Amino acid sequence: MSVKKVKIRFRENSNGTSSIRLNYFGGYETVNGKRKAKRLIKTLPFHLITNPVTLEQENNNKKFKIRAFKIADDWGKELNIKKINNQKFNLDSKVPSGKLSDKWTNHKSNINLVSPANKRLIDVIVVGTGLAGASASATLAELGYNVKSFCFQDSPRRAHSIAAQGGINAAKNYQGDGDSTYRLFYDTIKGGDYRSRESNVHRLAEVSTNIIDQCVAQGVPFARDYGGLLDNRSFGGVLVSRTFYAKGQTGQQLLLGAYSAMNRQIARGKIKMYNRHEMMDLVVVDGKARGIISRNLINGKIERHGAHAVVIASGGYGNVFFLSTNAMGSNVSAGWKIHKKGAFFANPCFTQIHPTCIPVSGEHQSKLTLMSESLRNDGRIWVPKRIEDVKSIRDGSLKPIDLPEEHRDYYLERRYPAFGNLVPRDVASRAAKERCDAGYGVNKTGEAVYLDFSDSILRYGKEKAHVKGLDEEDMKLVKTLGKEVVKSKYGNLFQMYEKIVDQNPYETPMMIFPAVHYTMGGVWVDYNLMTTIKGCYAIGEANFSDHGANRLGASALMQGLADGYFVLPYTIGDYLSNDIRTGKIDTSTKEFEIAENDVKSQIDKFLNNGGMNSVDYYHKKLGKIMWNQCGMSRNEKELKSAINKIKELRKDFHKNVKVPGLADEFNEQLAKAGRVADFLELGELFAKDALDRTESCGGHFREESQTPEGEAMRDDNNYTFVSAWEHRGDPSKAKLHKEQLNYEEVEIKTRSYK
Amino acid sequence: MSLKIKSSIVRKYLMALSGLFLVIFLLQHFTINLTSVFSKEMFNFLSHFMGNNPLVQFVLQPVLIFGVVFHFIMGFILEFKNRSSRNQKYYNFKGKANSSWISRNMILSGIVILSFLGLHFYDFWIPEMQYKYIEFLPENPDRYFDELVHKFESLPRVIIYNISFIFLSLHLLHGFSSSFQTIGFNNKYTISLKFFTISFSIIIPLGFILIALFHYLN
Amino acid sequence: MNLKLKIWRQPNKDSKGGMVNYSIEDVSPDMSFLEMMDMLNEQLIKSGDDPVAFDHDCREGICGMCSMFINGEAHGPDKLITTCQLHMRKFKDGDTIAIEPFRANSFPVIKDLAVDRSSFDRIQQAGGFISINTSGNTQDANAIPIDKHNADTAFDAATCIGCGACVATCKNASAMLFVSAKVSQYALLPQGKVEATDRVLNMVNQMDEEGFGNCTNTGACEVECPKGISLENIARLNREYIWATAKG
Repeated sequence: MSVKKVKIRFRENSNGTSSIRLNYFGGYETVNGKRKAKRLIKTLPFHLITNPVTLEQENNNKKFKIRAFKIADDWGKELNIKKINNQKFNLDSKVPSGKLSDKWTNHKSNINLVSPANKRLIDVIVVGTGLAGASASATLAELGYNVKSFCFQDSPRRAHSIAAQGGINAAKNYQGDGDSTYRLFYDTIKGGDYRSRESNVHRLAEVSTNIIDQCVAQGVPFARDYGGLLDNRSFGGVLVSRTFYAKGQTGQQLLLGAYSAMNRQIARGKIKMYNRHEMMDLVVVDGKARGIISRNLINGKIERHGAHAVVIASGGYGNVFFLSTNAMGSNVSAGWKIHKKGAFFANPCFTQIHPTCIPVSGEHQSKLTLMSESLRNDGRIWVPKRIEDVKSIRDGSLKPIDLPEEHRDYYLERRYPAFGNLVPRDVASRAAKERCDAGYGVNKTGEAVYLDFSDSILRYGKEKAHVKGLDEEDMKLVKTLGKEVVKSKYGNLFQMYEKIVDQNPYETPMMIFPAVHYTMGGVWVDYNLMTTIKGCYAIGEANFSDHGANRLGASALMQGLADGYFVLPYTIGDYLSNDIRTGKIDTSTKEFEIAENDVKSQIDKFLNNGGMNSVDYYHKKLGKIMWNQCGMSRNEKELKSAINKIKELRKDFHKNVKVPGLADEFNEQLAKAGRVADFLELGELFAKDALDRTESCGGHFREESQTPEGEAMRDDNNYTFVSAWEHRGDPSKAKLHKEQLNYEEVEIKTRSYK
Repeated sequence: MSLKIKSSIVRKYLMALSGLFLVIFLLQHFTINLTSVFSKEMFNFLSHFMGNNPLVQFVLQPVLIFGVVFHFIMGFILEFKNRSSRNQKYYNFKGKANSSWISRNMILSGIVILSFLGLHFYDFWIPEMQYKYIEFLPENPDRYFDELVHKFESLPRVIIYNISFIFLSLHLLHGFSSSFQTIGFNNKYTISLKFFTISFSIIIPLGFILIALFHYLN
Repeated sequence: MNLKLKIWRQPNKDSKGGMVNYSIEDVSPDMSFLEMMDMLNEQLIKSGDDPVAFDHDCREGICGMCSMFINGEAHGPDKLITTCQLHMRKFKDGDTIAIEPFRANSFPVIKDLAVDRSSFDRIQQAGGFISINTSGNTQDANAIPIDKHNADTAFDAATCIGCGACVATCKNASAMLFVSAKVSQYALLPQGKVEATDRVLNMVNQMDEEGFGNCTNTGACEVECPKGISLENIARLNREYIWATAKG
């Protein structure tokens, strides 16, 4: 009998016993006239391996597993299994079988539930209170679980989801322009450059409509038209208007909606809120996530929190670039801590560079400000055609508004006539970089292009004049009317731009440049959103998610809320149904003690390091390496050099960083030191992943893999997989696991926006 | 309706209502005073009516006194509460950048007006009470005008009187339209209301001042 | 440009604080105010001093975390912005800038310029929500048309970022603008009307319990509010509250 692959699973039965299960193919069988590999399952009762008493005595999960594998190995030999896949975890995405469109419905109907009475006995920790974290906390608490929520900010409402501007997608087809669940699913798969998991994306598209219903019922004031119905706008990479919005503050309104749902549960006592608390480590007991160690940022107290499951909703890691549109506090630490405890980290190199951000103004810059993608609905992007005009613009002798139309290069419209200014973000960003690299950048540093509203001001103005029956030829009137329309659509964004740049965007075109914005990569999760650590979940931007190699605009809000409101609350029940007899998690065990001591010793190390450079010094250096060598375009040489530089920098950091203050006080530098330490490790894995993936796809552009016209070229034969990295003590030793991506419904095509 | 007198909004509401009530009283007082300029008889007739009508004396007067007392006691209570909600004061506070001096110093203008009320009671009301209810002197319907004129013979008194009315004007400039905001009236008519407030708050106190000057100069 | 700074330093909640003088050189007018503070902190760390603690996060004017009282005004001299959006071009070479925390008894100082605004959270927890569970089968989002004017007014109220500038700038440390913004948002939407009575009573009750002052309609909050939340909301809150008191 030839056996290729065996999966070994441990199973905790609801009656308190456990078993080990071998899942393998052996021989062949004929089903419906087709010859198929025969699936065999053998189950070995737990007591044959060890007994609970010895397990407790040993209190060492690893030893137990090694023994279990040995027994399984022997057993396998007995069964004449030649090759045992003796791996701690299998990258099983647990995608349910069946038709793509029925998977989620069937899965929901078939998974285990926890009865209301038992939910009261179960505690869940949620780290992070952005869209995903807040919606998950609220929904889990509504269901009856005891939720403990953590955020490092002073209130859950400050999570960085609040800064999302443009909107949220949903396949409502309110505009009657041919939208459907399938089209949203297809656009997202295509937008992600065929590097996302089909079943997850379809589920996302399915629940998207529920999100809008839920949010409206919660009192989220979406924009409406004069008939009182919801309004939509269009976003990059799609041909329909499916984006719901609330001026340029959609993220704020959605987050406040989720925050209000949380508040209701906090008032009921079902959520215990821990503001200004940072998760310092995950505690794993017997292979299961059973709690976290947190630090109270006000008084420095290290606390132990036990729970039956831990949900990480801590957002993305864009701040590894130092300059990004993320908030100053956004960090990877929660995700990185669970990675170090066994969760695989997937596709770290998939980063979204957003094309419309305010350019860097100088060395002092601490963060970048995004200008919503919705601006590309009405703004046209251009640079001068002739290099001499660029020079005159830079030295101030030529004003951009005075440059005649024929000397302007609307490069997106030129290169991508079908989508024009509304190409996906990765494409728009690279095109801007291409122009600036060629020397056509329009600001002093040569790193900016124009986003011009003068055409839409005229267009809207004429329309308005026509409606009002006024003179359409009166340019002054038309401009005034047009500005009013533009103001009503983007007023707050224009005001923000003017405050930062000190130029009036109604009169002169905006200057924009790409900046790091979102990370598609993140903690690897299966269909149930569980990481490779049992009972540890990752949702929202923190997981590697549904966006493949590139995220479409207005999809991040959709995914965060989908995970938190409509996916995790179902799937977590399946896991927790085995935990109804566990009882309160004891936080006095050795595992908690070890984790707590680790945290404390790291803090002591930082404070007593006595180095000479501030934390920011290292963060800025790391950011420069990342941006210059792992940024918008990457190549083997630079990536290899980046890996070495990051290694060196990390060594230097641990030797020479200076953290002032004390452990038991409000100490921002100390908190930041921990976060930067994790960024310094992640950065290396990031570069390593980018180096490993020699194809170009989505936001990941390898110079070695491009078409003659300079477009990204995928390598579907060799890279249609998710790279999931297993931590092995050091980022350089991380082991790659591949999750093969199978496309049943969608045909893999070259992504073209031409 | 359970009266939530401890609630900040209910207190504010009552403050506004009592204020508006006093504004109405002020208008009535002004009207009667104004007649003194034109017709001694009319003034005496109205004063006599107000001074001897049992409805005015035993229903409206106590209500008015309650209104006045309530307004200033509540004013002090609120001021005390407001001050104690920020124990550590600012080192640098630039109030003028975002609000008018008048609106920030209602307590000050209020105290000036209250002191003036003391004087006013001492001048008119206490002698009046003494006249009517303590000494039980016989009623003379023509005495009021002469009493009035007599009081405005002293220059310092007229000056104090006039200064107080300047403060009353300031108090009204904020208080009048502010009362409407407090009772929940803020809409497209608010601009007109503000205009009316300014007119009212200048005209009425100015009227009182002119009447006083009129009698002083005559 | 070169500046003199007077900054409130206070090690923790229970200790006494005071203004401390610093000077800083080579500040670029293109810097944001917080970037200037970063620069100061780098300088302090280098010289072995304790850096100034201040709250900040998104640095694009939406999270509501930054909270400084600069030269006597919440979020500094410019209007309709938060401190993180304030740029140094608003100051002149040689200026002295006084920087204090948002002050109110209900906003106790955590350290230096960072204050604890959890009282705002507690007010929201008292009623700042619509009681609806997450089910996925609420009625369709377009089932109830909402008058555009009301929807827009509700949105304008909902843009409150909960920074606390209204409290900080109010001579009475009143939180009425903050509370009224949330009450107004829900009062204007049909979804929120259902539990409007309890909401306003509970939220105002909590506001009073937290020890905020009373509104005396100075209008300072409206002027200093980075999102321009209107005083109309306070009038609406008053209406809603009295009506609710009468009903309840």
